[in-house]
Amino acid sequence: MRSLGSVLLALVMLFLLGPFVVIVIAGLSSGETLAFPPPGLSLRWVAKVFEVESFRAAFGVSMLLGVGATLVALVLGVPAAYALDRYKVPGGEAVRSIVTAPIIVPGIIVGLALLRFLLVPLGLPVMLGLFLGHTALLIPYAVRIVSASLNNLRVDIEEAAILLGASRAGAFFRIVLPNIRSGIVAAFILGFVTSFNQVPVSLFLSGPGVTTLPIEMLSYMEFNYDPSVAALSALLALLSLAVVVVAERLLGLSRYV
Amino acid sequence: MSDPRFLSLEALTLAYGGSVAVDKLDLAVRRGELIALLGPSGCGKTTTMRAIAGLMEPAGGRIVLDGRDITRVPANKREIGLVFQSYALFPHMSVYDNVAFGLRLRRVEAGELDRRARAAIASVGLTGFEARVPKALSGGQQQRVALARSIVVEPRLLLLDEPLSNLDARLRLEMRSELRRLQRELGITMIYVTHDQAEALALADRIVVMRAGRIEQMGAPEEIYERPASGFVARFMGFENTFGLEGGRLTGSAGAVAYASAVPAGTRALAWRPQGIALGQGAYQGRVLGASYLGQTVEYLLDTSLGPIKAETPAAQTRYANGDTVPFDLPLATAAPLAQP
Repeated sequence: MRSLGSVLLALVMLFLLGPFVVIVIAGLSSGETLAFPPPGLSLRWVAKVFEVESFRAAFGVSMLLGVGATLVALVLGVPAAYALDRYKVPGGEAVRSIVTAPIIVPGIIVGLALLRFLLVPLGLPVMLGLFLGHTALLIPYAVRIVSASLNNLRVDIEEAAILLGASRAGAFFRIVLPNIRSGIVAAFILGFVTSFNQVPVSLFLSGPGVTTLPIEMLSYMEFNYDPSVAALSALLALLSLAVVVVAERLLGLSRYV
Repeated sequence: MSDPRFLSLEALTLAYGGSVAVDKLDLAVRRGELIALLGPSGCGKTTTMRAIAGLMEPAGGRIVLDGRDITRVPANKREIGLVFQSYALFPHMSVYDNVAFGLRLRRVEAGELDRRARAAIASVGLTGFEARVPKALSGGQQQRVALARSIVVEPRLLLLDEPLSNLDARLRLEMRSELRRLQRELGITMIYVTHDQAEALALADRIVVMRAGRIEQMGAPEEIYERPASGFVARFMGFENTFGLEGGRLTGSAGAVAYASAVPAGTRALAWRPQGIALGQGAYQGRVLGASYLGQTVEYLLDTSLGPIKAETPAAQTRYANGDTVPFDLPLATAAPLAQP
């Protein structure tokens, strides 16, 4: 029984981590084309990643979108979640459903709709369009995750703070916010990763000279079949890991969870 | 005690949605008094307390505290403390920070803040626990922190919502006397909400028995305990055997019997505690349905022509077995005469 369990565990780990290992090794190839196993190992394609100008620009766009859109989504989503949780908002359930819709509706439809009915008619700049699209996409995550945190928080601790002299806003910032911090951090990480890896919406909203990293990688691969994309993927995976570790260290994600 | 109307509720009406929870309640509380609001769940006692605290807006009536109408004063400006049933401690703060919270909001100067916070923590016996977070404390300790947090800001009135109901029996007794001691030391006016009559009797200067949003009876513990005004209060105070009285006949759920004793005028029902029923002699007979040994006493459940009757006798007396037919008496001396059944 135990050996069977170990074998199953190994298979699952292989399934989960296999592609990642393949990409990392392929990215360290010394060959001219993307191949596995690689003919030899070198860091030349890793170095190449930093030389490609379009990668650098797209990375900047993606970082800006990932951080900026997530922050805006949280600024909008946290009060929304609080209001939905604590007050009998008229039509609250409908609002909750609408807020969740972008998770269910395929990104490709969201992207097309935003392009056709928001960007083109209003003539918005590409960057602003991307920013709005990503923010809209991330609000559901913010609302959902923060709602879950709020649900676990007793309402009477706010009342206790108010009776001790705090204003409603004071009670929110001193009592509620510190206690839903882990939810906010989780929403931030998930939002950032979602935005950073977003393809369908970004595909429609990207424009001349402004594109996100995943889109840039797709178009790069159409013309160049070299291992630099694999090297870049491995670097991005490391970056994601770093974000989680830093968030954990700085904000103590596991302290309250 | 001076100032008979330190806090007064005047025709206070409270409603949830369309349904009235408290109906035109009038109540006057003296300064320094400990009042217990006693009643079963849903009687409006907690709602009344929340309205006094300002957590709920009245549908009608006034709340006057120390001569000032506070009906429309927001909760954070009332200077009324509330100890929640669930304690409601701030989970992300240490004991010290929980207690200091109200002082910091009042911008109390650092030295005085520290002195007052430590004094409050000491007064509930938690010196040495300042750095703990609430999660690392027992229920009783959390209760003490909640108390310290409320009294440190010297509220004009302290409300306690079933503060001992989440503690085990022994701790409850200990906290009960501690509450009483604190109240005497600080001279603070308290309103204590509970459904436990023993707690209300032991703690309160005055008990207000509530039923369905109204005051059923109000008075000193002895008065409520010995002279309940209605069948409702009587049952709440342990008069488990209540019978209607009309034209010299007692009426129970199963039938009626003649009752010869002369009762005070206006008496429409008589009620007995299990201890008040004399077993072994008397004009009535019952069959023993069950007996529970309680240590000092034995409690019998009797089947009688009035219906089931609960009687309690000292364990040292003659014991009866199930099925025995036992004579018993309903002495007027141990009965509570009730004006309403």
